[in-house]
Amino acid sequence: MIEQDLLDDVLAVALSRGADFAEVFAEDVRRGSVSLDDGRIESLASSRDRGAGIRVVAGESTGFAHTADLSPRGLRAAAEAAAAAVKGGTATPTKVSGIATTPGRVLQAPEDVAKATKVNLLRRAEEVARAADQAITQVSARYADTRRRILVANSEGVLAGDDQTKTLFSVSCVATGDTGLQTGHETVGLSIGFELFDRYDVEALAVRAAERALTKLKAIPAPSGTLPVVIGPGSGGVLFHEACGHGLEADLVRKGASAFANRLGEQVASPLVTLIDDGTMAEEWGQFAIDDEGALARRNVLIENGVLVDYLWDGMRARQEGRAPSGNGRRMSYRHLPMVRMTNTYLAGGQTDPDDIIASVDHGVYVARLGGGQVNTASGDFVFGMVEAYLIEDGKLTAPLREGQLIGNGPRVLQLIEAVGNDFEMGPPGTCGKDGQGVPVGDGVPTLKVAELTIGGTAA
Amino acid sequence: MRPDDLLALARRVVDQARPGEEIEVACSYGDSRSIRVYDGEVESLTSADNTGIGVRVLIDGREGFASAGSLDDDVVADMLAEARDNAQFAEADPYVGIARPDGVTAVDVELWRDGVNSVSMDDKIALALELERRVRAASPAVTGVRVAGYSDSAGAFALASTAGIEVATEATSASVSVQALAVDGARTQTGYAYDGARDPRDLDLDKVVRRAVAHAVEMIGASKPATATVELVLDPHLAATVVGLVAGTLTGDRVLKGRSPFVNRVGELVASPALTVADDATDPASLGADSHDGEGLATRRVPLVVDGVLQGFLHDSYTGRRSGAGSTGSAVRGTRGLPGPGIHALHIDAGTSGDLEELIARTDLGVLVFSLAGLHSGVNAVSGDFSVGVEGRMIRNGQLAEPISECTVGSTLQRLLLDISAVGSDLTHLPNGVSTPSLKIGGVTLSGASA
Repeated sequence: MIEQDLLDDVLAVALSRGADFAEVFAEDVRRGSVSLDDGRIESLASSRDRGAGIRVVAGESTGFAHTADLSPRGLRAAAEAAAAAVKGGTATPTKVSGIATTPGRVLQAPEDVAKATKVNLLRRAEEVARAADQAITQVSARYADTRRRILVANSEGVLAGDDQTKTLFSVSCVATGDTGLQTGHETVGLSIGFELFDRYDVEALAVRAAERALTKLKAIPAPSGTLPVVIGPGSGGVLFHEACGHGLEADLVRKGASAFANRLGEQVASPLVTLIDDGTMAEEWGQFAIDDEGALARRNVLIENGVLVDYLWDGMRARQEGRAPSGNGRRMSYRHLPMVRMTNTYLAGGQTDPDDIIASVDHGVYVARLGGGQVNTASGDFVFGMVEAYLIEDGKLTAPLREGQLIGNGPRVLQLIEAVGNDFEMGPPGTCGKDGQGVPVGDGVPTLKVAELTIGGTAA
Repeated sequence: MRPDDLLALARRVVDQARPGEEIEVACSYGDSRSIRVYDGEVESLTSADNTGIGVRVLIDGREGFASAGSLDDDVVADMLAEARDNAQFAEADPYVGIARPDGVTAVDVELWRDGVNSVSMDDKIALALELERRVRAASPAVTGVRVAGYSDSAGAFALASTAGIEVATEATSASVSVQALAVDGARTQTGYAYDGARDPRDLDLDKVVRRAVAHAVEMIGASKPATATVELVLDPHLAATVVGLVAGTLTGDRVLKGRSPFVNRVGELVASPALTVADDATDPASLGADSHDGEGLATRRVPLVVDGVLQGFLHDSYTGRRSGAGSTGSAVRGTRGLPGPGIHALHIDAGTSGDLEELIARTDLGVLVFSLAGLHSGVNAVSGDFSVGVEGRMIRNGQLAEPISECTVGSTLQRLLLDISAVGSDLTHLPNGVSTPSLKIGGVTLSGASA
């Protein structure tokens, strides 16, 4: 994207007014998508984004400028603007040299696949979903791919690059019945190419989305109140991402905006809990070779057998603490500053048979799929939507439940985990938002039992 | 780049239309600054140029789109080729197309203020530092400030199409925001507040400091309330959130696809007769004001609910043609995406029930809401089911009482509208472009601890 000599030159400009650290982050992203709705391929969209962000750090202050102009003139102007924003520091640039990285393996690059083939995937999904039942009245589906090439060079001599391909497919159905309109979704996405569709059959995904919508037609209103909750494998990982993971991000910890600040070495969770963030998990949505500061992706254990062992770090926070970065410095695009972000975050599997976990509950709720949520990282309070849930009565799953919310407090839920299943799964691909920046993440859990959570349903 | 330069660029692309092709080009250029401060120091200072272009091509009722973050000639040429190629694979729809001029005259609203350029960077930094300092000093219970910041932008937008539409506008905006922290034993309470204006000199720090501090400090000691039926008292910020959720279901695309709880209900009483709602981008007092919509049509006042009766829906040119209602000038877009019908500047008429204090004083058992959580997952825009987390303070016998958290309110969007029991007279123009008074909603289930 940018010649090595020019990178050295731009970094020298960035440090010319005095600073401790300078960095060039360049990015070239192509996206393609196809959407089907209302019985029709509505539109195909393509986009291209290319540019660079230049960061200059002096002490605790950061100057940042970005530009879509990758010419020597454009890059120097951005470097000067970033340099002018900070004062102090005496770093001298080290000539950049490459570090070895291994980008994810792509068997079939989406850009080489005919658009007609992508269109056909959506048509097949729609046909099958509509045929599933007369009650399926609406189907929409979406295909999207991204190829993101990045380059990071900094005044400490780092020069690294990555080539990140992701492919995603989703289908939604609306079923119409006596209880009104009910929706069912299915989404798959991996950090691989079009070979995603060798792994997943779009027709099977469409049938599953249709079945979810049809099941909900028979659903009863979710109860309200405090009940034991069993969370099924996969999508429940989002709860630990939101309610615990964010609180372990070093930038929030440092500002006292985390419920986990000053608690290293403490028993913060049930001994059954081991929480891991792993950017190296092959093919998962939050996987990469290097983070957006040029650090290699790593597997980081955060909570081990209930004890808090580490936080997540970006380069800036790691330098302040005199430790190695953990590969969690990420940014939404070249237009954004990096900060501490999760990658693939999951609760490790345990020993218990999931059937035994359900059988241990007399009266409670089984959440098969958890939807989006919101968390206050400072207090740890969270709210999550239950997308697919069932009543548990006398140790058995009974009636499907309509949508409702799970409310609780992250640190307290960690203490209340009573059983962890042996059926670990990753959930669907996610986008994590923080301070207005969205980045792709993965998460996962095995079946697990929380002694009590508040359910906000609509049952009288 | 000035608006005229952008328009010339858009026109050059449109002029390349082949026979039978319709082309619409939207492009933008702007510069922005963002300052974050922490602990009395500048944490980061960002300056940037932002460009974008979106090209929409229609061939025989088939639509293709491409966008890019660069206005370089080679990239723009690529995008036109890519949009043409994309159109080959879409399916035809007789209603798809670019907007046609409809004879409505655009209002003249001035969206540019010189302050964004004339106020120095040092003064902008000083503003962010002052905001942080004042929040920290406001109460001994404030233990920290997670982030305080200032940002502004100045930019131009141009749109041209083969239908003969040509629009070029420019606008400025500035905002400040802060999140206050209050450590409460093992928990930390937070209070977030922001303000926005076209000119940095019009930003109101007092208001921001008061709201952020109150929401953090007054939440200290919050506990889970007992399950009960309560009245919700919503200040203008929260009223805007709730009415905004409803208005989001009144867009033409949702209605045509049957994905709104308000389909086929025009002319019916859908809300308290005290409620009148319009989308009005022609109101210069609103920060959402704009002369043109995202397809270059003149904006106009669109009545949505009058005295509780549903009047109609928000349409862009596609949903307007397909429904037969015509565009209401409600297309919203960035340059990086296709336009769609949406809200520009929601306006809720003032009522007669006084200000927030009076609404509280006339509430026997209620909740003054500080924040609603889980709006994305907890509101089903198709069925109208509504179940969201709530934080705030209980109201007992007209007095503010204990803070509450870890609880939800459940209802439906349909019922919330009908259950509005009072509309305040304190019409407020919010920084997000919504203009609304305070509202009170009765008969809402608050789910907390089992009784």
